[in-house]
Amino acid sequence: MKIKKNIPLIDQHDKNGFWGKFGGNFIPETLKKPIEDLTILFEKLRKDKKFLQERDYYFKNWVGSPTPFVKLENLTAHLGGAQIWTKVVSEANGGAHKIYNATVHSLIAKRAGKKYIVGDTGAGYAGKMLSMAAKKFGLKCKIFMGAKDIKRQKPNCDAMRKNGAEIVPVYTGSQTLVDAVSECMRYWVSNCLTTSMCVGSTVGPNIFVKICGWSTSQISRELMLQIKDEFGEIPKKLKLINCVGGGSSSFGFWNEFMHYNKKQVEFIGVEAGGPKKSKRHAAPLTYGSKIGILHGAAQYVNQNTDGQIEETESISAGLDYPGVSPLHCFLKDVKRARYTAATDEEALKAYQLVTEHENLNPSLEPSHAFAEAIKIAPKLSDDTIIIVNSCGDAQKDRDILRQRIGK
Amino acid sequence: MTISPISLAFEKSKKEKRPALLTYTVAGDNTKKKSLEILNSISNYADICELGFPHNTPIADGGQIQTASYRSIKNGIKMIDVFQIVKEFKKNKKTKPIILMGYYNMICQYGQSKFLKKCKQVGVNGLIVVDLPWPENKKFSKKCKKKSISFIQLLSPTTSKQRMKKIIKDSHDMCYYISMLSVTGGKLKISPKEILKKYNKIKKINKKKNYVIGFGITENTISKLKSADGLVIGSAICKEITKSLKKKQNPVTNVSKMVLRLKKKIL
Repeated sequence: MKIKKNIPLIDQHDKNGFWGKFGGNFIPETLKKPIEDLTILFEKLRKDKKFLQERDYYFKNWVGSPTPFVKLENLTAHLGGAQIWTKVVSEANGGAHKIYNATVHSLIAKRAGKKYIVGDTGAGYAGKMLSMAAKKFGLKCKIFMGAKDIKRQKPNCDAMRKNGAEIVPVYTGSQTLVDAVSECMRYWVSNCLTTSMCVGSTVGPNIFVKICGWSTSQISRELMLQIKDEFGEIPKKLKLINCVGGGSSSFGFWNEFMHYNKKQVEFIGVEAGGPKKSKRHAAPLTYGSKIGILHGAAQYVNQNTDGQIEETESISAGLDYPGVSPLHCFLKDVKRARYTAATDEEALKAYQLVTEHENLNPSLEPSHAFAEAIKIAPKLSDDTIIIVNSCGDAQKDRDILRQRIGK
Repeated sequence: MTISPISLAFEKSKKEKRPALLTYTVAGDNTKKKSLEILNSISNYADICELGFPHNTPIADGGQIQTASYRSIKNGIKMIDVFQIVKEFKKNKKTKPIILMGYYNMICQYGQSKFLKKCKQVGVNGLIVVDLPWPENKKFSKKCKKKSISFIQLLSPTTSKQRMKKIIKDSHDMCYYISMLSVTGGKLKISPKEILKKYNKIKKINKKKNYVIGFGITENTISKLKSADGLVIGSAICKEITKSLKKKQNPVTNVSKMVLRLKKKIL
């Protein structure tokens, strides 16, 4: 298995939708037709100049692209070693990268003539953005969210309601993202003729992985230009660090750099290691979870020997997912990306250090990525460029932060 | 070639000019012992028994079956227990067909070949894998056939005629028609008449196959659908178990009575 050059990674699947051993379409018969319809429409639209113009127009004028690319001077001076830069994706409208996927899904739903759109959410960003996009494009919106997450991410819930979306609390299982995705899929099974579904990350049946990856790749398209602008070329030693839950922001952050030699452009994915003292985690790639099927796709997933999906634990609702995108499983297997985990405590510490030195407020998800940057930067030379995707804003985490570190 | 127990069950009910009655219960609901008792008891009236192996991320099941599945998993049921239930059941009811139903990950983790070998060993007659649609299931269904286990293809209101033809061509002795766009146990959104209209169109594609209708069938609607080859009751039974447990009554007697009532309605 190898990455092919000159073809986007999202298109390097076989006719059954597999990237190597990962992905596919493990779906109930009822969803075959709606998924086939969506696939045909998306493949048509991505070649449609008018559609691309429309996407670019909204990305620029509504999402606010490009998001800033800045050097974290103080943090770099404090740590010594490599230069630490960040792409402040949280400056996008709504405060996180989820806006790209939400916008594209809403534009597709309009083209498909659908009046309703439903989506899942963990941290509440995917839900908030979908509610924003739905409002913008005149769609009625329902968001499925675990009851536990509704409690811990209140600010985003308030935003969703303000945008006129209905939040459907999910009480099954662990009452987090995994259950929200299941419930959302179940709802779609029953309502697929009138309703579009937006899967909130690069997970789910093949086409949802593709649409999400295609949408978030905007991040690396911008970054490529910004780096060339700043350095005149792609630096000889570049490290792109991103948190990985489902994997939508990291995939989008890396995509344009896929074909560079990994010695030049290294991808580092940071999963949620959970509380230091807990055995539970949300890091299937780091801790070598077995391949299994979750939400319609084959992937590395936390499960027991019988195949029951295991409960996860993380301070970060956005990373609190037992599986991970098939794209990341593929990138791990072909060794293009390296994956590691940060604990809850490490993420909190990183958050404190970053906010102490910089005028930046990364949410708990990218704080996991910062933890890794902080760990490795001092050991590296000053011509090494580390870029962290600050993909979400910590406003949603204010209750947790107040409780844990009194901030 | 010998006729499979599933086909025999359909032949028998056709002779009696009624649809076959299929029940669905979750293995281990609410305990291993109780679920075997339920199975033993309802099989006096049911022609074919579907037994679910519970999964904790069921993307096509509604509230009732989810509740039953969580109950069973919470009580520690494992795949190995599911096989044991079938084995015990078949000791007394050798000819009563058993169909296992569940999600593909459980089969993958057990190991496809090992799973089928075990199915054969304990006497499983058919398999429904909810999230392994056609054509992805082609290889697996062939493996099933080799072991004389029926792989049951699902058909839905969204399945195009062209696709139906291909699926039915690859099907074994039974197909399962999903009555409406819903997860299991939803309220019937369309009239039984409309369901039968679509059903009869499917039947015309290949009259030799047996087609059952499932999803949303209750005591109130079952008699209106009795022209079908077979009818599946699942969520309604799971709901009855939930109700019995809440009232601290014996689910075995309550569920058996219910299945008997259902049977009388299709005679």
